[in-house]
Amino acid sequence: MSKTSRTGITAPANAKKDAIIEIRAIAQHDMETGFRYTEDGKRIPRDIIRLFTCRYNDEEVFKADFYPGIGANPLIIFTTIAVASGTIECKWTGDDGYEAVNQVKITVS
Amino acid sequence: MTVLKVNSITPNLTRRLYLSALGILGLSSWLTPFSAGAKQPEAMEAIAKIVGSNAIQNGRVKLVIPPLVESGNLVVLKVAIESPMTSTDYVKAVHIISEANPLPNIFTAYFTPRSGRAEVTTRVRLADSQRVWAIAQMSDGGYWQGYADTLVTLSACTEMI
Amino acid sequence: MIAQLGFAADIPKDSRQSSYQLMTTENQAMQDDPNLNPALFWVMDGHSLWKEKTGNKNVSCGSCHGDSGKKMAGVATQFPKVIKGRLQTLEGQINQCRSAQQEAPVLAYESKELLALTTFVATQSKGMPITIQETLQNKKDLQQGRLFFNERMGQLNLSCAQCHQDRAGLKLGGSLIPQGHPTAYPIYRIEWQTMGSLQRRLRNCMSGVRAKQFEYGSTEMAQLELYLMWRARGMPLETPGVRP
Repeated sequence: MSKTSRTGITAPANAKKDAIIEIRAIAQHDMETGFRYTEDGKRIPRDIIRLFTCRYNDEEVFKADFYPGIGANPLIIFTTIAVASGTIECKWTGDDGYEAVNQVKITVS
Repeated sequence: MTVLKVNSITPNLTRRLYLSALGILGLSSWLTPFSAGAKQPEAMEAIAKIVGSNAIQNGRVKLVIPPLVESGNLVVLKVAIESPMTSTDYVKAVHIISEANPLPNIFTAYFTPRSGRAEVTTRVRLADSQRVWAIAQMSDGGYWQGYADTLVTLSACTEMI
Repeated sequence: MIAQLGFAADIPKDSRQSSYQLMTTENQAMQDDPNLNPALFWVMDGHSLWKEKTGNKNVSCGSCHGDSGKKMAGVATQFPKVIKGRLQTLEGQINQCRSAQQEAPVLAYESKELLALTTFVATQSKGMPITIQETLQNKKDLQQGRLFFNERMGQLNLSCAQCHQDRAGLKLGGSLIPQGHPTAYPIYRIEWQTMGSLQRRLRNCMSGVRAKQFEYGSTEMAQLELYLMWRARGMPLETPGVRP
């Protein structure tokens, strides 16, 4: 599994102050469970994203631990309060040195 | 596991009672698939690890999974917990535990007072028909739980590798 | 009376249905919403590969066909197609371009690169109707494809038609049997948890009836694909699709 991959964040570009907004974050990743075997009976080692964090203007607002039970190309949808204009940054880290970071800007009026 | 005591009435009737008992036992695992989650003890252990010696209350936690799933490989799962989500009263975390997957923990989401709502949606793998638990940990130290049952089918023409 | 082969009557045009209609609302949402459809990653990968200079000639697909890929609109709906006397699938044509125009090595079926490029090209025709017609050039291949579709195969001795024509809409093991129109390929199949081609799916069907699978890129595959696309003519392309 490569060390990084494509990710996507969907969040509104504009929001009213203190409105609750929805953020969708998805990463391209096989999430190899570690329970599959090759044709010759060898176990394919586990290789998954372990941690997802979301920082809003550099303050952590949401976090999730992923286990092998999360589906491939993991999607997570959560909410946060639009407190101020700035940057919403999502970071994924996982096995084998995997790391991916993505950001979106938001304007709060 | 139910045990049927058969009194010997007459040999024929005994045999018939015994066979029908077997039939009922066979049927019962069809009628109550959820109570037979293959990894239920591991699931209960995982939940015990989360809550420790604290009591778990039922309610406030709503776990939504489609009741019938065509492929266990990708199931949309949504969990929502009732909470004012203020800085003094909010949901700290929710743990999703499976009763039939190879590993009980599926994921854990950590909320903050800035979350707005204690809600998260993701897509999970479910190995078999089962009950899935959501254990929520509150800022006041309390634990609440909810669950959802689902039937997982396999597509008719699965791939032969 | 057609005794031996028992050609099933074609499904009347109005009652043709994409397997999209048989999916749950969650899966339909997954296909329709670009935020939720994992296949979009492959479209992006495909676009990158499209613009990448490669091979001894050091040219990209974009060098001839335009970087945006928009010129590919209407292309995927014409494949499989007879080009220079040979029945070519979309994947086959991409490889043909690679070896002839770019002097680059061909890409293996189901490789990430070939899937990405095929998805990128096919999605340019999203919403457009499949335009395969019977022509003098493809008549023989189409006839052969139709034979394959109606011919019993495998240890289970079933033909494609027996399930997907005669019993479409009925249930097999809890799943609804689709008519089997290839309107959304390449697809993100939930069972594979990744993108896959029509040929991979057809091989699954063949292993399902315990038949010897057609080889990737073979003439038989192309002929069967041609028949299936002809059978779906007029139906809109949905690529990239999500299927259970």
